[in-house]
Amino acid sequence: MRLSDIQDHLRGYRVGIAGAGGLGSNCAAALARCGVGTLVISDFDRIEEGNLSRQYYFTDQVGMMKTTALKENLARINPEVFVIIYQKKLDRGNIPVIFSGCDVIVEAFDTAEMKEMLIETVQTLMPGIPLVVGSGLAGWGMSNEIRCRKVDDTFYVCGDESSETTDEMPPMAPRVGMVASMQANVVIEILMEMK
Amino acid sequence: MKILLNNITEEFDKDTITVSEMLEIKKFSFRMRIVKINGLFIPKEKYDSAFIKDGDNVQMLYLMSGG
Repeated sequence: MRLSDIQDHLRGYRVGIAGAGGLGSNCAAALARCGVGTLVISDFDRIEEGNLSRQYYFTDQVGMMKTTALKENLARINPEVFVIIYQKKLDRGNIPVIFSGCDVIVEAFDTAEMKEMLIETVQTLMPGIPLVVGSGLAGWGMSNEIRCRKVDDTFYVCGDESSETTDEMPPMAPRVGMVASMQANVVIEILMEMK
Repeated sequence: MKILLNNITEEFDKDTITVSEMLEIKKFSFRMRIVKINGLFIPKEKYDSAFIKDGDNVQMLYLMSGG
């Protein structure tokens, strides 16, 4: 299949991204470059200088809302992608509303508690919608420990499933980017199989 | 009974066990986790009442913070 045919196909789909930090911002950039038609991105944080070590933002964007800055950056990558942003803390009540109509949802939160909440909400209240989760990306090296596992048709997990972020094991651009790209790659795989 | 746990066959010497018992037997002690039985998401509150029986496909994964 030629790239233009692939882009024509992807233009018809909508992908939800829960969180615009290291995973979400990098995953969104990859999906925009691929030409996914619509991205729905939700985050409630502002960009801090420390975020620049791994997140898809620039020095002149420090202090901006992540969603606003990401929308700006995605427009510079591919202006044809329709980007819908929500500056909200996601919860059980608003997730099905914000991500309604999405063909796939990407979990891109920081804390394990928020990951759990999103997974439970999507898997119980939005049955059948594929969810691509990131788990285990801290530190550096160990490239081959990072993998992608299909749990079932609606649930995929990318990451090493074992490294937890701590002060001594911070998230760093290479491994965060690897997991984010892997999530984007799974999204493309799922969308390419849709008719 | 024999079950599939993360795509690997596992044998238990009981006919049925709860999710909590399975986690204890397998020493899966890390608290942040997801459990699915035959594709069905099992909420934490149901770990004591959700049963795993012969032939079930059980998937478990740990949720690590960072993102």
